[in-house]
Amino acid sequence: MIDIYNELTSIVDKDFVSNKPEELYIYGRDPGLMPAHEPEYVVMPSTVEEVQAIVRLANREKIAIVPKGGGLSLTGLVIPQKGGILLDMKKMDRIIEINEKGSYALIEGGTTHGALKSHLLKNYPHLRHSIPDSPPIATVVANAVIHGQGRLTQQRGFNSDMVCGLEVVLPTGEVCKIGTSAVSDYWFSKGAPLPDLSSLFFGWCGTTGIITKMAVKLYPCKKLRDVMLFLTDRAELVPDIMLKLGRTEMIEDLVVTAQPIPLRYAGNYYILFYITGDSEEELEYKRKYCWHTLWEYFEKRDGGFVSLVPEMKAPLLSMPSKDTTRFADVSKGGGFEYSGPIAPIEKYAVYVKKLEELAVKYNLYYSSAARMIDGGHSMMFSFSYTFNRADAQTMKRAKQALDEAAEYALDNGGVMWKPNLDEQKITIRKMDPNTLELMTRIKKLLDPNGIMNPGNWEVL
Amino acid sequence: MKRYQSQIHRCFRCGYCKFPTDYSAYNCPAYSRFRFDTYSTGGRLWLIYAWLKGEVPWSEHLAEILYTCTTCKNCVEQCPMKFAPEIVDWIIEARSDMVEQGKIPARVKRFLESVYNYGNPLKKTAAERLPWTKGLKKYKEGTQYLLFLGCLASYEEATREMVENCVKALDEAGVSYGTLGDDETCCGNEVYAMGEMELSKQLAEKNISKFKELGVKSVITLCPHGYNIMKNQYQNMGYPFEVLHYSQVLAKHADEIARKVEGEVKGKKVTYHDPCYLGRHNKLYETPRKAIAAHNGFELVEMPRNRRDAFCCGGGSGNFINDYLAGSKDSPARIRVREAAETGAGILAVACPGCLIMLKEAVKTENLEDRLQVMDLATVIAKSK
Repeated sequence: MIDIYNELTSIVDKDFVSNKPEELYIYGRDPGLMPAHEPEYVVMPSTVEEVQAIVRLANREKIAIVPKGGGLSLTGLVIPQKGGILLDMKKMDRIIEINEKGSYALIEGGTTHGALKSHLLKNYPHLRHSIPDSPPIATVVANAVIHGQGRLTQQRGFNSDMVCGLEVVLPTGEVCKIGTSAVSDYWFSKGAPLPDLSSLFFGWCGTTGIITKMAVKLYPCKKLRDVMLFLTDRAELVPDIMLKLGRTEMIEDLVVTAQPIPLRYAGNYYILFYITGDSEEELEYKRKYCWHTLWEYFEKRDGGFVSLVPEMKAPLLSMPSKDTTRFADVSKGGGFEYSGPIAPIEKYAVYVKKLEELAVKYNLYYSSAARMIDGGHSMMFSFSYTFNRADAQTMKRAKQALDEAAEYALDNGGVMWKPNLDEQKITIRKMDPNTLELMTRIKKLLDPNGIMNPGNWEVL
Repeated sequence: MKRYQSQIHRCFRCGYCKFPTDYSAYNCPAYSRFRFDTYSTGGRLWLIYAWLKGEVPWSEHLAEILYTCTTCKNCVEQCPMKFAPEIVDWIIEARSDMVEQGKIPARVKRFLESVYNYGNPLKKTAAERLPWTKGLKKYKEGTQYLLFLGCLASYEEATREMVENCVKALDEAGVSYGTLGDDETCCGNEVYAMGEMELSKQLAEKNISKFKELGVKSVITLCPHGYNIMKNQYQNMGYPFEVLHYSQVLAKHADEIARKVEGEVKGKKVTYHDPCYLGRHNKLYETPRKAIAAHNGFELVEMPRNRRDAFCCGGGSGNFINDYLAGSKDSPARIRVREAAETGAGILAVACPGCLIMLKEAVKTENLEDRLQVMDLATVIAKSK
């Protein structure tokens, strides 16, 4: 019988291969509510050649491989459902190139958002990328793979839309360039003018290959940033307010929050939006323009601007926002998860009503953040519930609430973002059969032995 | 029930604990060295919780993961949760449960046995104190300060210059001081951090009893670890006294010991490494800098990670002896000296005998001896003459 551990240590420095219970335990679960399942090995490759060798070994031995970034999807996407090899990609963390004139960064597959942000701030303060509000350990690649969103999503679309090239180790072990880098030294486009093959790797939950390099677009980083807050107690007005602001083409980011505590928050919808400028004059113009855009709601007493003092603005302006993470411990339980449909913004009011209903039904603390995507073409709406890790009952209730929220969202125009296995099943059930057949064929073609993150996107 | 047992489930494992404030590098020394999530604070807290629940059995590996934490408190600085100030206490409490159950790794066991049997972790008898410490004046009633050397300064030859130059600076400052000589015993800080609470208490009681007997009012420690436990624990044991780290005395008496830089450090850039037990544990960031900045002739430059973001040398929590983080180019001390060298500094100034030993060794391993000298603050000042 082949000794997989020894094979792995012949590929990767033995310091970075483990089959010990402690590593298997930690890499077998994430902070969300999906059941744990442990890998048999945890490996941290440093080079693309090491990744290739591991993939070839896995094919030969027909064992699963699960590539992992920060592991913060909360929906169990890197819980190794069939055991096998967990590839922690975070040692492949070089920032290879910042192409200033081409406005892109070329990075390795395990580079964190925190590291890229810091590198740009220090060396290219006039450039930025779309940083999500997940903690800084989230990797740029994994976030794009799940169609993540960030602070530029309102203007530029999903973070996956901002990718401009890939290097992928295919499930059969070949290294493949995707985009202009396949024919040029430059990584300026992930597709056009070639056939866009990049979509074979986004939204597939790591079932179609391992991204070892990625180029991401960089955008101007204006010198000044500010945040404004508009408050309304009428949920049905929120979509129009979002759209009106989006159509000014002046705002960087827009997020609507809803939560029951502190008490002054209950029943109100907080529309936070960000503006940027290279001068105070530019910023002031945008402030006034946005103010006038929403004036009609103020006149009708349907809402108003809230003045934010600097102490309130600082956490809102920070990237990523630690407040997002703090939600996990508002009930001193150390856990939260959200079901996050991507949906038409017109659904805001019915979703928020459902969010509150489910919180009452399952006796849970809730919160929601709805981020406008790409000027208003859609939004990501989070049904977020906290739970207490030391209380199995709250965990069970939170999971039930999330399952119900996902069913509701899917029945009401939404499509689940980074769906957990249960949500994948519902999605597959509702999916156009020909689309499903196409997905199945592609997956089989790319991964004939079914080794890549098996369990995900499987027709059951 | 210990407090950690009812709270430890609250860690979300978000990973902020791995970083400094600007996310420019990994700042958890154990995570930087091993890179498995198990070695981050979040991983450690989840493993402790799993151990409490019986989901992960005790093993030497589990215990080693706990003892690779240097208690540097980077996680405390960076964790966004309200419980952040308690995190390191939880790890220490979990270690104390392991100690109580006799389930500790071999190196930790040796360290604690040595302190128990010899009064220091180096298995040395009082007679084996280094010659230059033996010649120091003994404390007697009426002396202004008790100079508490600590185990490393008493028994590790690498600290010779530190001891000699510190004493010289105190002489120049015109303060009176004396040591406990052979009566000095381990301060107990590392023993506490390793979870051996009872032994730590006994050591504290022994030292305090000596302080009482001699009527000590003020103590100067060479080591930030001793400073920490005396300031934060001895003070609550019924015999209040003033505790100063020697950098505070150097800063306070800078005028008396001030000199123009003419010696071998003249014109050199100096970078200062914040020891965790002086910096993050006790918020003494500026005083040591003032102690050297008072002396004209060299330039103080900062490493990218400084003050609350300083990167630990990897020696805390007894690791200056147990050295669980050694053996790799990613060992924290080696990372730190590379960072120091990149500033262009010729001198890496430290204020802790543990950091001194760890970083001196790392300079040799990294072949940086031609570019970077590691010196404690008093030596930097002395060599400026």
